[in-house]
Amino acid sequence: MAKDFDPSGRLPDFFMNAGTSSFTQFLTHASPELLPGRRPLPPGLSADIAPHGTTIVAITTAEGVVMAGDRRATMGNLIASRDIEKVHPADSYSLIGIAGTAGIGIELMRLFQVELEHYEKIEGIMLSLDGKANRLAGMVRGNLGAALQGLAVVPLFAGYDLAPADPSRHGRIFSFDVAGGLYEETGYDSIGSGSLFAKSALKKKYRPGVSTADAITLAVEALYDAADDDTATGGPDVTRKIYPVVMSATAQGTHRLSEEEITAVAERVVAGRMENPGG
Amino acid sequence: MAMQFYASPEQVQRDRSEYARKGIARGRSAVVLTYEGGILLVAENITTLRKISEIYDKIGFAAVGRYNEFENLRRAGVRMADLNGYSFDRRDVTGRGLANAFTQTLGAIFSETQKPYEVEICIAQVGATPESDELYRITYDGSVMDEPGFMAMGGQAEAISNVLRERHDTAAELQDALALAAEALGSVGGENGQPRRLEAKQLEVAVLDRRRKGRAFRRIAGSSLNELLAGSADVADADLGEVDAAPPGPAEDKPTVSAASVDTEGEAPAASDDPAEPADDVNGDGS
Repeated sequence: MAKDFDPSGRLPDFFMNAGTSSFTQFLTHASPELLPGRRPLPPGLSADIAPHGTTIVAITTAEGVVMAGDRRATMGNLIASRDIEKVHPADSYSLIGIAGTAGIGIELMRLFQVELEHYEKIEGIMLSLDGKANRLAGMVRGNLGAALQGLAVVPLFAGYDLAPADPSRHGRIFSFDVAGGLYEETGYDSIGSGSLFAKSALKKKYRPGVSTADAITLAVEALYDAADDDTATGGPDVTRKIYPVVMSATAQGTHRLSEEEITAVAERVVAGRMENPGG
Repeated sequence: MAMQFYASPEQVQRDRSEYARKGIARGRSAVVLTYEGGILLVAENITTLRKISEIYDKIGFAAVGRYNEFENLRRAGVRMADLNGYSFDRRDVTGRGLANAFTQTLGAIFSETQKPYEVEICIAQVGATPESDELYRITYDGSVMDEPGFMAMGGQAEAISNVLRERHDTAAELQDALALAAEALGSVGGENGQPRRLEAKQLEVAVLDRRRKGRAFRRIAGSSLNELLAGSADVADADLGEVDAAPPGPAEDKPTVSAASVDTEGEAPAASDDPAEPADDVNGDGS
């Protein structure tokens, strides 16, 4: 920010010009060093230098969407964190979950949150859900260079669409690839190392129009199945009382399940698996 | 050769001040006052262009004067707040920091450029109690004042302030504070000095709700504003309008990925019923 120092003390021109409503674009003038994907990386693969986040699932429900993420971050064969939080609200009606290099993912998530709020304040109106998804795709694309060197991050984006094309489909899920490809998913989706198993579990259990309460159980079950077969995904940790982060986005806004709520769901799922380990 | 006339700095400053003051006095006024549940911001405004808006979690903005100039400052404020909040933490964005940036900017513009900004600005920061609320008045020449609980800006601000000064009460409920604000704004500008009664559609109203976690700014418009103006006390929290949340109108039926306009992607234009008018006859041979 010290760039273009003006002895009069007035704010530099890029603060004042009509310019853009995008916070990211503003940062390219004000503080380019704060933007992810702009740092020169040494050549070579650097996949195991930082923790990786693992599995996220999202499910569309009758009322909107539910998103859940396990709590584990890994570094090679080590568990880097048992209680990392990888599902966050993007704004008052949408959710973002991150898998891949945790540091870059968290930075991307924070920048995306500010981007949405910034647009809302500058323009006096919220971005459309498609607009938000496109914006996030652009940010993921900016990280392509680092992704090719092993620092990939892939988000999952889901939200309650206040003005959907199809009035019966308010809950919508968008997935991305490392190159910034944007794909709308129907019903459910999962990302991260355990996504294969989580998606298989959801394929058998998911029904369109499921209620939010049932979808929460489904999501926790799917994460349990992912943890069952994928070492990088953490299951419900009953000894330490660490359970998945579960959030929903509905017409009432975003909501994160409280400790008591998620404990009840997770304990029920674990109790069910005591009798039938396969679910 | 043209003569360069000498004008003393005092004269130049005086002229600029007078110019800015006249510009501000032409516009409608705005008032900001604390009440029991937060800070109330009310502007007389019949347009959809905003005079009041959100800057950050606990910080609101109200302005009078030339729209393009205060809109410029508002954007700068949002950008500065978001930049600081992003690079440090949300708690580190303060009203005083913003007021400092605005006062420096307006001061520099006043003394360096031919035309000063014709604006007056309020930065309001809501605290846990009415005593910890902060109201900063920043004027066209960059002077800044810390106001005690209420302030009026714009044409005849003095007369409006007098009404507020007599009756302002930090323990007032929202509907009483709003009634006072509307009465104060209506106390000037009537025919033969008669007070005016302001309707909901003449007012732009927002609150910084001190009990709200996170973003405290809420607009009050439509039916909830009508009810509040009519003296109803039980306007539920949820009825206070969202933060400008209205999303763009119904999405058109088009793929998300494509950036093309929907008319280039939809089905072919409906064929005309009238055979005499072959609308889609590209070849021009009636085929």
